[in-house]
Amino acid sequence: MKAIVAALAVCTPFLAVSLALGQSGNSGKPTTGEARQYDPAIYAELQKAPEKARKRTNPLQNDPEAVAAGAILFEQHCAECHGDAGQGGRKGPTLRVAEVQSAAPGTIFWVLTNGVVRKGMPVWSKLPEPQRWQLVSYLRSLGRLGPPAESPDPKP
Amino acid sequence: MVSSRRVVLPGLLLFSLFAVFWTPRAFAQENPYIVAYDHYLEEPGNLEIEYFSTFGTQRGGNDFHAFWVEFEYGATAWWTTELYLDGQTTFQDSTIFTGVKWENRFRLLKHEHFINPVFYVEYENKNGADKILKEGEGHDVESDFLVSNAVARKDHIHEVELKLILSSTFKGWNFTENTLAAKDLSNSPWEFGYALGASRPLALKASAKRCTFCRQNFIGGVEMYGGLGDQHSFGLHDTSHYAAPLLAWNLPSGWTLRISPGFGLNDNSHRFLLRWGVSREITGFGSMVSRLFGGRK
Repeated sequence: MKAIVAALAVCTPFLAVSLALGQSGNSGKPTTGEARQYDPAIYAELQKAPEKARKRTNPLQNDPEAVAAGAILFEQHCAECHGDAGQGGRKGPTLRVAEVQSAAPGTIFWVLTNGVVRKGMPVWSKLPEPQRWQLVSYLRSLGRLGPPAESPDPKP
Repeated sequence: MVSSRRVVLPGLLLFSLFAVFWTPRAFAQENPYIVAYDHYLEEPGNLEIEYFSTFGTQRGGNDFHAFWVEFEYGATAWWTTELYLDGQTTFQDSTIFTGVKWENRFRLLKHEHFINPVFYVEYENKNGADKILKEGEGHDVESDFLVSNAVARKDHIHEVELKLILSSTFKGWNFTENTLAAKDLSNSPWEFGYALGASRPLALKASAKRCTFCRQNFIGGVEMYGGLGDQHSFGLHDTSHYAAPLLAWNLPSGWTLRISPGFGLNDNSHRFLLRWGVSREITGFGSMVSRLFGGRK
């Protein structure tokens, strides 16, 4: 019994630290209950995609079901952080801004695959490639909705 | 004085029931592995509550049912921390609580590579009756399990376990290799073990319709694990080894079911281990706790 109590006493502070880090370390920026404020620096990771990755084309760009499938995948895996329609959420930035919408499909695919681990976005390579391309198709379709109302116009 | 176990364990059970039924859930894309680990960590801020069972046959003794609960929390995108509570029933003997484990996994590289390393460190505070067989290590063999619960539980073990997880994903397949080194903090030698795994979803493309029985929701695979002796006698002699096909079913409701019949590969191994598990991922658990204590809204 003493052993259980001792183990829990050891574990609890570390779990508390992990909870705290889970709150503060996800984005590198404070979060609010509303969508995150627009910050162009957040999208810097898109510029880091290697040339080879940028040039990849979406093999499902002519697949009529890709956007619908991508929408379901987005709801299941991305909406928690980026908002139901990609407008941005407590943890993740909006995906309806020019930085994302004008990025090459290969660039978006590269960010999905690699995540932005140090800033809280996990790698999504556990989704098979076709599913990541379906997500790219859906993300590109969000451009038709325009930037979210609460975000200022993107800076050039 | 009320026993701490009578407070802590029911408390955790109540918390788990509340968490899995009354909190927001996420669709999980969980791999089917039960012993092996891949390089994918829990999403930051999410809590996954998992229950696993292992039914094992025992030659020369009583069969057993070992069980454990895991609380897996994504502290950051590069750190997952996990608490285990273990127990077991040995038929015609007794049911006992066997220990606590605290596990941490750290992603070592920022980006995806052909091979992705993850460092694993675990502290175990258990007794000698632990039968969950979550890994093969050292010279652990089937006959070690013949000791009655009353005797085995008197043996207290404080162990540190280190693993290097090397995992690759290629054309929908995941391949993983785990190397294990464990040290009982008493005066015992380092023990070694391994786990190998391969898995793949039954379909790579997602359906454009919401569905429960779509092939992409099922992930099949196989894992193999066993001991590699200790620092004084490294090798395969007097070690046990298992191979186990796996199937995971990720339901849209946020639940994941896993099943795995395992087979002993030599005379030192249990002949048959049937494992199954159920888990549920809870989104934004960290935020909920933060708000509970007056954190950011």
